Amino acid sequence: MTRNEIRAAFLADMTEVAPDLDPAAIGETDRFQDDLGLDSMDFLNLVSALHKRFGLPIPEADYSRLVTLAMALDYLEEALGP
Amino acid sequence: MTDFKMPSLGADMEAGKLAQWLVAPGDKVARGDVVAVVETQKGAIEIECFDAGEVAELVAKVGQTLPVGALLARIGSPGAAEAGTVPPAAPAPTGQAAPIPGPEPVFAQAPQPSVEPGAILASPAAKARAAEARVALSEVAGSGPGGAVLLADVDRHIAARPAAPPTAKPGLDMAEMRRAIAAAMTRSKREIPHYYLSHEIDLQTAQDGLAALNATRTPDRRLLMGALLVRAAVRALDKVPELNGRYEAGTAPARSEAVHCGVAVSLRGGGLIAPAILDAATKDTDALMAAMRDLVARARAGRLRMSEITQGTITVSSLGESGVDALFGVIFPPQVALVGFGTPRVRPMIRDGGVAARLAVTVSLAADHRVSDGRRGALFLAEIDRLLQEPLTP
Repeated sequence: MTRNEIRAAFLADMTEVAPDLDPAAIGETDRFQDDLGLDSMDFLNLVSALHKRFGLPIPEADYSRLVTLAMALDYLEEALGP
Repeated sequence: MTDFKMPSLGADMEAGKLAQWLVAPGDKVARGDVVAVVETQKGAIEIECFDAGEVAELVAKVGQTLPVGALLARIGSPGAAEAGTVPPAAPAPTGQAAPIPGPEPVFAQAPQPSVEPGAILASPAAKARAAEARVALSEVAGSGPGGAVLLADVDRHIAARPAAPPTAKPGLDMAEMRRAIAAAMTRSKREIPHYYLSHEIDLQTAQDGLAALNATRTPDRRLLMGALLVRAAVRALDKVPELNGRYEAGTAPARSEAVHCGVAVSLRGGGLIAPAILDAATKDTDALMAAMRDLVARARAGRLRMSEITQGTITVSSLGESGVDALFGVIFPPQVALVGFGTPRVRPMIRDGGVAARLAVTVSLAADHRVSDGRRGALFLAEIDRLLQEPLTP
């Protein structure tokens, strides 16, 4: 998958979990919890959706790499491999 | 024949707007089935019916704003004879207001077809059905003479189209919600003599158990500390049951056997709603977690049920991971207690005679002094502490 495809998939899951967010307004460096207002339940729902979509385990130890859109795309690109 | 009326979804609610019917005349309904969606100050709420039977007539129209108690539909009793032989329903209770003459009801309009309207042949019934379901006749393949669109064609088209996506913005009027919160909180502080207690709890054991458990689970089955906190609060009510119940003005305080535990959910646009997990005491940690996930998701999408927003017997409010140390809440009337959890944080605590860095949370209780006393409240918080030191059982 290209980074753009991953981005589109990620934003689809994100807006499913948080239907009140406008995907176009989510900046690369906005922090999900502090800037976008996702709470721990929203975040877990997002991680669950990504797990289901990509088949990745996403352990809790990796949560610190899923702080912003740019970081999450780096993480998913790396985990999904070339 | 029973009357299905606009329910009251809170002491401050005067009227609601019928947003959607989920049943049609002739449909069989069971007690507890969701039959309609009503827009209120708390967002769109799914309304359950209280009786079993067959829907005889939908009286209210989608888009109408109707006062609490107004007739919405008539439901025939199961096994009852022909509707006509059933005596008419008793007269409406006195004091029932006439429909509020608010804004003109907005009836569904068919979107303008892209071709000249005259070019589409359709039966009157098909036109009416299409308008009702917001279907453009130009998109429906007609099977009638000359390609005319018939009622059956419209029904087939509606059945084939994908389910309507959930409204992105869940019809929430923030000013209205603010007014609802103001009314409930003003009433609470005017009528309920609150007393407050707080206590610091060592969460390190619970956190270690949680991390070990979650490491063995896929994300969809992981637990959050919030679920452990709610479960401990619900279980602690066994010891101090008078904190679980309702106190309506002019009646005696009523304890509740069942624990319908409200969970405060803050909405990103501002505002707050505290839908209840019904029968929370019968749920283990996994079931409670699943119920909380579902409730939060539906609160965000504006799809809560009437029972969830009217039947709470106690509320738990948590600041989550990025808040401050403690929360002292205002009781949600007519409940008699609110449990507040601050943000868990690593703090210095004395363990075995020395200072240790431990994850800790401050729990508070706001309780109605007409119903309970500080000593009982203290017992409740101590019990929550004790339960959170137990090994984690999912």
